[in-house]
Amino acid sequence: MIEELLKFFGSPSNREMVLDALAEHTYLSLVPLLLGFLVALPIGRLAQRVYWLRGMLLGAANVFYTIPSLALYVLIPGLFGWPLLSSNNVVIALTIYTAALLVRPTLDALESVPGHVTAAATAMGYRTGRSFLTVELPLAVPAIASGVRVASVSSISLVSLGALIGTGGLGKLFTDGFQRWYPAQVLIGIVLTVLLALVVDLLLVGLWRLITPWTRAGGRVLPS
Amino acid sequence: MIEFQSVHKQYGNGTVAVQDLSLTVEAGTITVLVGPSGCGKTTLMRMVNRMIDPSSGSVLLDGTDIRERDPARLRRGIGYVIQQAGLFPHRTVLDNVATVPRLFGNSRRDARRRAAELLERVGLPNDLGKRYPVQLSGGQQQRVGVARALAADPPVLLMDEPFSAVDPVVRADLQDELLRLQDELGKTVLFVTHDIDEAIKLGDRVAVLRQGGYLAQYAAPDDLLAEPADDFVTSFVGRDRGYRRLSFLDSQGVCPEQADTIRIGDTSADVPSRAGWVLALDHERRPRGWLLPDATVDGQLTENQLLAGGSLYTEGTSLRGALDAALSAPSGLGVVVDADGAYVGVVTARHVLDLIESRRRSVTTEGAVP
Ligand SMILES: Nc1ncnc2c1ncn2[C@@H]1O[C@H](COP(=O)(O)OP(=O)(O)OP(=O)(O)O)[C@@H](O)[C@H]1O
Ligand SMILES: [Mg+2]
Repeated sequence: MIEELLKFFGSPSNREMVLDALAEHTYLSLVPLLLGFLVALPIGRLAQRVYWLRGMLLGAANVFYTIPSLALYVLIPGLFGWPLLSSNNVVIALTIYTAALLVRPTLDALESVPGHVTAAATAMGYRTGRSFLTVELPLAVPAIASGVRVASVSSISLVSLGALIGTGGLGKLFTDGFQRWYPAQVLIGIVLTVLLALVVDLLLVGLWRLITPWTRAGGRVLPS
Repeated sequence: MIEFQSVHKQYGNGTVAVQDLSLTVEAGTITVLVGPSGCGKTTLMRMVNRMIDPSSGSVLLDGTDIRERDPARLRRGIGYVIQQAGLFPHRTVLDNVATVPRLFGNSRRDARRRAAELLERVGLPNDLGKRYPVQLSGGQQQRVGVARALAADPPVLLMDEPFSAVDPVVRADLQDELLRLQDELGKTVLFVTHDIDEAIKLGDRVAVLRQGGYLAQYAAPDDLLAEPADDFVTSFVGRDRGYRRLSFLDSQGVCPEQADTIRIGDTSADVPSRAGWVLALDHERRPRGWLLPDATVDGQLTENQLLAGGSLYTEGTSLRGALDAALSAPSGLGVVVDADGAYVGVVTARHVLDLIESRRRSVTTEGAVP
């Protein structure tokens, strides 16, 4: 096996192919993660503020999440009139999944901000928008963060499915490897996918730590 | 000045929280809203900064109807302190206090400088500013809450049960601190509590509210104790209102007598010969305790030969302290001290009671209101 791996990486074109696949995979999973978060945020906020819309929005999110991803990969080009092989299809499909996945955690996170803190913000003279961006959202970050970590793993694994329609990042390594019965390539595809998921997760955790210094300030818990 | 003009509040679910209520809060004074839980105190208070709009009636701030003001701007000019302090957990103490100056558009640097001044003002050490709220005790959080409310120097301060979540000792400290600050700053303060003792201690005027949002009585604390308007106020004010009312009687007419005294370190030869209680003083003439009548002193007098004294009465303060000093001393002699804590003399409970009695008589003969 080691021999096969060495042989595989011995070829410059193989190395280039793997790096390209990795770059594509990273792009195809992280861009939807960011976009999905940006879509879920206002929807979560709307669900928080407008009580009668809440059930509808959460229901819609659930429905979107249950559409099989492969079906979306095929449906989207039909809807937008794009070529079947465009990577935009994957980006849009995964954005929808990420958003659908994140609406609930975003809502829960916003709801978890203590009422006396938001009341204080109002009483100090914050307008709604500024209170949301500078008080509620930062305080919701720790709770949203766990949702985003799940979404990142889900997004990274779903990218591979795109290989079936030709734009799958590391997934191409499996499909190609199976077709040509090349186990080393399949193995590399799997290992790199797992590594990518781990590294992204570590980076996310690092990012949360960086932007939420108060959660690590040891001490007593505020009376709620 | 804050004027509530026949304000009424009915919530969406039909609950009437405030019942056609009129009340004027004078500028530069502390007015306390007191009443049992759910009687509409918070609702009434939140009408002032438009966090709640009355269903009918109006609220005037210095003569202008607050409905003409933009809510966010109005609130920046009104300090607000709530029970759990409501500090922002994600901002340092300094940045919490700098909040309103920042909303007013001050630079971060100016706002923080102002915040640092305020922390000092409310008696918090400077290095606390770098901490996060979770790293403070409840009492410290409340002080930060007060500092934050004062940061933009608003003329009006709303305080909703700000001290009810801390222990009694810390609460007393915070109350004293508030009175001291009020002496310096002269804000128009509307203070909510369900603790009648707190209301009486802090209020220039006290409004007692009753379940259903009725104003039961609005009076100075002394009048509230002397003449509760009805059975509800009587029972709410509580049992020993006669005794508590002594807090409002000044010390005029108190004339301390001299007791036998001895110094710590004196020997038995110095014990006065008369067979009464002897008060021991230290070298700065501060009272340390009592020596039983006919007690003998072995060698030099030390503190462990003494009986602990009662509370001390500082000259010039209310009669409540004088009576308490007399009642709590083992000798029945209340020790009077000056502002530095040095011995002045002693008073008996009888002396204080006679004084109260003679004042009552002079008031009735002059036909003035009791
Ligand atoms: N948003 C609301 N919707 C419906 N009813 C409310 C609302 N807020 C308060 N109430 C009701 O109005 C009444 C007065 O409430 P309020 O909070 O003003 O009382 P309070 O005197 O401040 O009580 P506490 O001492 O417990 O804080 C209560 O019966 C309460 O249940
Ligand atoms: Mg209340």
